Amino acid sequence: MITITDVTKRYGKTAVVDGFNLTVASGESVALWGPNGAGKTTVVRCLLGLVSYEGEITVNGADARRQGKAVRSQMGYVPQELSFYDAMKVIDLLDYSASLRRIGSERVDEVIEIVGLADHIDKRVSELSGGLKQRLGIASALLPDPPILLLDEPTSNLDARARDHAIGILEELRHEGRTLIVTSHHIEEVGMLVDRVVAMEQGKITVECDPTDLAEELGLRAWLHLILANGAAVTALDVLRTAGFEAKMNSRGVLVEVSAQGKGEAVAALHEAGVVIDDLEVWR
Amino acid sequence: MRTALTPVVVSERPELRLVTAVAKKEIADAVRSKWFWLWAGAFAVLAAILASSALPGSQVAGYGSFGRTAASLVALAQIIIPLMGLTLGAYSLAGQRETGALRFLMSHPISRTEAFWGTYIGLSTALFATVFGGFGIAGVLTAIQGGSADAASFVRIAILSWLLAIAMLGVGLLISTFTRSGSSAIGTSIFVWLGLVFLGDLGVMGTAVATNLPVSALFFSAVLNPVEAFRLAALTAFDGSLDVLGPAGQYAVDRFGTGLDAMLLGVVALWVIVPTAIAWFRFSRGGDL
Repeated sequence: MITITDVTKRYGKTAVVDGFNLTVASGESVALWGPNGAGKTTVVRCLLGLVSYEGEITVNGADARRQGKAVRSQMGYVPQELSFYDAMKVIDLLDYSASLRRIGSERVDEVIEIVGLADHIDKRVSELSGGLKQRLGIASALLPDPPILLLDEPTSNLDARARDHAIGILEELRHEGRTLIVTSHHIEEVGMLVDRVVAMEQGKITVECDPTDLAEELGLRAWLHLILANGAAVTALDVLRTAGFEAKMNSRGVLVEVSAQGKGEAVAALHEAGVVIDDLEVWR
Repeated sequence: MRTALTPVVVSERPELRLVTAVAKKEIADAVRSKWFWLWAGAFAVLAAILASSALPGSQVAGYGSFGRTAASLVALAQIIIPLMGLTLGAYSLAGQRETGALRFLMSHPISRTEAFWGTYIGLSTALFATVFGGFGIAGVLTAIQGGSADAASFVRIAILSWLLAIAMLGVGLLISTFTRSGSSAIGTSIFVWLGLVFLGDLGVMGTAVATNLPVSALFFSAVLNPVEAFRLAALTAFDGSLDVLGPAGQYAVDRFGTGLDAMLLGVVALWVIVPTAIAWFRFSRGGDL
């Protein structure tokens, strides 16, 4: 169990994490969600003992400040981006990480297989794509087969395909019963990976809820940009306004404001009225 | 399904295997680094040129061919080696902090003390290879040319050069604990280098002229500078006295006699120990990475 009690982290006079309290049960998967600068990454850094802080953090009874090695031995950490050790080969980086954890080469081979890096082990880190670097970060974190994984924006720098692959790996890890703490500002990814979302703003918790309830809890809105057949825009505008949506014309179609969970309702209303939608985009 | 956690027993005390792992990584990084080869190559080439230009059997300024080679190497070492040690040390922690490598390292079950000493030992070993490589090449060339190489003195100067290198490495690491970015750490280390190598010397001389500084004060002012302490210790290694330095040298010989060597070595040793210890204290007490 991870217990974070009244943790505050200040840089000068500014508190980037302010009186933060959180308990994460073994096997639970929790997302720290919020905009950039909300304090998510700082919470992770406090857990790892990378920054000084006020308050108390314990991991399975070990104090993160006084028993840092014991705490970190139970955790695997996936940084936002492996933008260092560029000159090292993939296999050398994993061997180095293993040597710091007293782990043998068999386990290194195992994690290489798990994350699908077998074809890239002799490449230098600088030669890897963003997706492969992320896999390397996950591989390093998995070396000790840790009960707890800390993932800092695990999909933020990835293209759609690499993101799907990374999420697939992380879902598998979640189903293995590991405790996951994931920071993210992508609401869609949060829902797939976690049991609980902790929304943060200015270093404080604003909402704690089930991932499916997050958008509603926070009153999140989105804009649907509907690309319509020629001449259909005026009809669409009437239909949407009659159905209670706020909508306006756009050069290539219609913009309609929807709740984060209610995009389908606007589409359904147009479909029932016989308006053909050629394409659509979601704007946040 | 993972339901129960395996109890993990980890010692919070420093472990040699972790220090060794980090040191090995630092050595491997140095071997991969173009800067390391640039320094090592420049030092070796210049040392080789100096050794080759010594004329066997000649006597200039009181030194034989070995003495001149050694004196030239000391002059070379006192300029290049401090810069090498300072920049290497200054960039190590600050550069790793800047790129996130230090956070990645410290996310492992390793203490800051282990990380610090692993880095220090690794870089010290890399500097050892550079210094002894350069002196080795110079020594071989001197011997080939039939110079009356005093091997013991030569090795002693090489050891002193390495001590100077790791003293400067410690100062560099100390700079590294104060700076957030690699570039500002390098910039600061170059200022410190200028201060130690050029301004320190000129400052002492200027102060001596302006204030009619007594010879004893002049000597002690000079010796407080690690580069100067190294130079004096190295000169006594192959000449046996500091007469060539004039009144200050004469004062030192008269005042300390046979204890002069130990005193100079002690000053260099203090410069090896004190900045490194302060850097370790600052790094290990838990600031933000």
